[in-house]
Amino acid sequence: MSVRHALLALLSEGPKYGLQLRQEFEAKTGEVWPLNVGQVYTTLQRLERDGLVESDDAESEGPQKGFRITAAGRGELMEWLRTPGGDDAPPRDELVIKVLVALTVPGVDVAELLQVHRRHLVQTMQRYTRLKEAAAEADLGLALVADAEIFRLEAVVRWLDAADVRLKRFPPAPAPAPADAHPAEAPPRRSRRVQGVR
Amino acid sequence: MAPVLELRDVSKVYGSGAGEVHALRAVDLAVKAGELVAVMGPSGSGKSTLLTIAGTLEEASSGDVLIAGAAVSSLSKNERASLRRRSIGYVFQDFNLLAGLSALENVTLPMELDGVAVKAARAAGLEALRRFDLAGKADRYPDELSGGERQRVAVARAIAGDRRLLLADEPTGALDSANGEAVMRLVRAACQEGVAGVIVTHDAQLASWADRIVFIRDGRIVDQTAPLPGPETLLTPDAAS
Repeated sequence: MSVRHALLALLSEGPKYGLQLRQEFEAKTGEVWPLNVGQVYTTLQRLERDGLVESDDAESEGPQKGFRITAAGRGELMEWLRTPGGDDAPPRDELVIKVLVALTVPGVDVAELLQVHRRHLVQTMQRYTRLKEAAAEADLGLALVADAEIFRLEAVVRWLDAADVRLKRFPPAPAPAPADAHPAEAPPRRSRRVQGVR
Repeated sequence: MAPVLELRDVSKVYGSGAGEVHALRAVDLAVKAGELVAVMGPSGSGKSTLLTIAGTLEEASSGDVLIAGAAVSSLSKNERASLRRRSIGYVFQDFNLLAGLSALENVTLPMELDGVAVKAARAAGLEALRRFDLAGKADRYPDELSGGERQRVAVARAIAGDRRLLLADEPTGALDSANGEAVMRLVRAACQEGVAGVIVTHDAQLASWADRIVFIRDGRIVDQTAPLPGPETLLTPDAAS
């Protein structure tokens, strides 16, 4: 999440001090994104440089300096809110690659491998569910963050379940045993050169 | 203290000869008072069979089922029926409320069948409904309740009186996520007050409410989750990744 836009959002409620911005940022994001003080002040400096916020006093610095959003800052915030998130398909998810590789590695029980990942994901879901359960019902920020993670992880578990069913219906052909040390399809000359180097 | 529910080396075979189906194979499972366990697996993995055997609705082909330390196989048919009414509560995906009875009557019926005086059953039923924020709906009939309310009545029925074992088969399957969460908060609360709970599901989100999740495949328990670390470990980006 962009610290820049989070700060603009907080300032859209009214003028605030640096320290106050930091505290409200933590409270509103369910304390899931720990933020250091320096990050708040350097981001505010950049926002001011870009004309998106104004400060009360250009001379003083630090926690007591007050900030307010400009019309340009409000415009930037509204545009960001409406910009679609980065939800394009990732080029290749790491877990997908691992499962595809496992299909080719001799001696790997792919169903067991899927279960290892399923267990890990479900354990993480359990922890987010417990976090949500323990939080005050009014802690909207925390509940929304926990829900987002739970739904994201659930989607991966469902993919593993679907992979399980596919593997059962169409078991992969056993990978060839690594008996031959020479690459089977490598051109003979190259193969000789490799042997020559040895 | 003995677990509230214990399955020892339980197997279940349907049919015989070439048509033999092994629904459960050498299943061991123990659930203590206050613990909520989810049995997670795909359709046909044996999870519903496990639940009906745990609930004494069906008999195991081999192995032992113990409820509060007593072997179910040593009980007569009547004793088993009484155990079911007194100690075990069931929650199903499709609520299974009786349409001709009010919410309160649905909750009190099992107790009355077990010989509890009408007045005492009514008091226990109202208390259960009050805990689930349903006191105002006690006289409503199931078709006058929303899906979430119906399932909350079903959970109230399952734990009213002195029930010690709550068995649930996909209890949130017919509900949206907000109502599903409300039902699971109630199930968790009941377990924290000492009920032993078992839910069977294919749904990871539902299973994640449990203290422990066991994974079932082809009638066998193949894996289970580790004990939970505190949720505070999620509060740093490294731990969450």
